[in-house]
Amino acid sequence: MLAEDIVKFIEEDLPGAKVTIEDLRGDGDHYAAHVVYEGFKGKSRVQQHQMVYKSLKGRMGGELHALALQTSTPE
Amino acid sequence: MSDNPVFDRIKDYVNKDDIVLFMKGTPIFPQCGFSSVVGQVLQHMAVPFESYNVLEDPELRDGIKEFSDWPTIPQLYVKGEFVGGCDIIREMFENGELQQMMTDKGIKAA
Repeated sequence: MLAEDIVKFIEEDLPGAKVTIEDLRGDGDHYAAHVVYEGFKGKSRVQQHQMVYKSLKGRMGGELHALALQTSTPE
Repeated sequence: MSDNPVFDRIKDYVNKDDIVLFMKGTPIFPQCGFSSVVGQVLQHMAVPFESYNVLEDPELRDGIKEFSDWPTIPQLYVKGEFVGGCDIIREMFENGELQQMMTDKGIKAA
């Protein structure tokens, strides 16, 4: 899966989110991403991560093996 | 929740022990880096926990993802509640939140 696709899916579902992504191994399968999104406010960490996984429409854990995820709300 | 037959089994597991880790492999022989990290965190905190190897139980491997609405393994449960996967557990451990949670829930190191 390409980094740009991941960013595109997340931004589509979480409008206004700032996504920084890093390809950990250059194999299209292991990424680290940090998502800053207003809509995370008041949500638990699990819920925040679930929102990101939902935006990836089932690719997480299948096509995309590893996405080290960090979520936060804008300062 | 759908009436997936494995849900009953999962409910038993997560309510039988205070800390339950669904992982790939076992704490002694983890077969995935992410599962290994969570196992090490728990061993480091010296808290008693039960682990289930999803690699030996395909029905559990899929069922747990539906049960918690979380797409990956490992998955950690404390007192019947889903706490998170590798990223969240590592983040909580690093900022002391995990230790605080155990204390708040009355779970003592062995």
